[in-house]
Amino acid sequence: MSVADAFTAIFVLLGAFFFIAGWVGLVRFPDTLSRLHALSKADNLGLGLVVVGLLPQASWPFGALKLVALWLVAVLVGGATAQMLAGAIQARAGEAGDRVAAAAGTDAAPAVDDGPGAPR
Amino acid sequence: MPDFPLPVPLWADIPLALALLVLALWLTATRRDRAAVIGFTGYGLLAAIAWVRLGSVDVALTEAALGGGLMGLLLLTAAARLGERADQPRPAMPVRLLVGVLCLGVTLALAAVVLSLPAPAPNLVAAVAANQAATELGNPVAAVLIAFRAVDTMLESVVLALAVIVLWSFGADRAWGARPRTLDLGPPSPALMLLGRLLPPLGLIVGVHLFWTGADHPGGPFQGGAVLAAMAALLWLARLGEPPPVSDGLTRVGIVIGPLLFLLIGLAGAVIADAFLAYPEGLTKPLILLIEAAKTLSVAVALALLVAGPPELPAPAPARGETAAEPGGTV
Repeated sequence: MSVADAFTAIFVLLGAFFFIAGWVGLVRFPDTLSRLHALSKADNLGLGLVVVGLLPQASWPFGALKLVALWLVAVLVGGATAQMLAGAIQARAGEAGDRVAAAAGTDAAPAVDDGPGAPR
Repeated sequence: MPDFPLPVPLWADIPLALALLVLALWLTATRRDRAAVIGFTGYGLLAAIAWVRLGSVDVALTEAALGGGLMGLLLLTAAARLGERADQPRPAMPVRLLVGVLCLGVTLALAAVVLSLPAPAPNLVAAVAANQAATELGNPVAAVLIAFRAVDTMLESVVLALAVIVLWSFGADRAWGARPRTLDLGPPSPALMLLGRLLPPLGLIVGVHLFWTGADHPGGPFQGGAVLAAMAALLWLARLGEPPPVSDGLTRVGIVIGPLLFLLIGLAGAVIADAFLAYPEGLTKPLILLIEAAKTLSVAVALALLVAGPPELPAPAPARGETAAEPGGTV
């Protein structure tokens, strides 16, 4: 196994770890904002690590640049959509007070200002 | 990596197939419209990955752009328009049983058909490969779509134009000549405006690239047009632009230019070449490129207008969910 392949294996596995961590957060975190945080972390960091890991395998320069561009677009879109979702949740919380949980139709906790919450 | 014990690639397909099955079951079981639509969009993306695994990148691109993206957006606006009833009544048991039995029946029939196919299944791959050189296209899918089965492709583009006309005819008489307002969802958030400023230039390149590369690689007018349409919808959602009014002449030209050019070149083929929709020798590639370019434009315009919805008067939009909390007081 060459150095490049070992590099790829390590970084892709690291990326996969963040995706799994993000998934666990999505399933286990108590409220919507925390789940959103877990999800965007996984997208940004996990995908970034996978892309870094795949760089030695990609053709230079266009294959590698496409991979990096993919990651940049994912970061931009993921971040922006997470902001929009969080904004919508905040707006509804402001309007409806503690009716958030009922209106969302989910088991989201009324407290929406929480940062990343602890697992249940 | 020859000396590295990689698992069989097939193993990666097992979770994918399981995810498709579980999501499909959940989609038929859930009674919340919006959740079902979002799940359906995710299902389209999973199906796209399945198509990649089956080696059909062209189909995967179409599924991701149309089945996953635009279809999801259309269904989402439809679900928002209908409004979500909090107390959806549970359907009666016989109805649910009937739906379940019918779903199971369709699935079993499809499975039986697929499994009963001889291997390899009867196909025209050899015929396409033998004649592909005549079209000067490197992508066999493109050769089939634009040359060997050009009638189907032309009718498809006509159907798309007709779909826009049908959608427009759903507008109220008084609203005729107004612009569509389905995407007027109140003041956009700063994040959406940032996305609306940064993504469209990139999407423009990707859309045109998908059309251009479609001659020799996976891609084509439909996929490219869908990306361009998505960028237009994003601009309209972010309020950086407005959908054109239905009376706009240039828009109408944009809708019909693709099918019209296709039809005209096809008719000319009946005279110059030997048949309707045949291309004269030597002019094949330029004519195909011309048709595909016009078709990309028409697909983009038609899909974007389908998302934009029917013409509406500038009345305050009905409250639909959290996004329409403050009716967009435009005009």
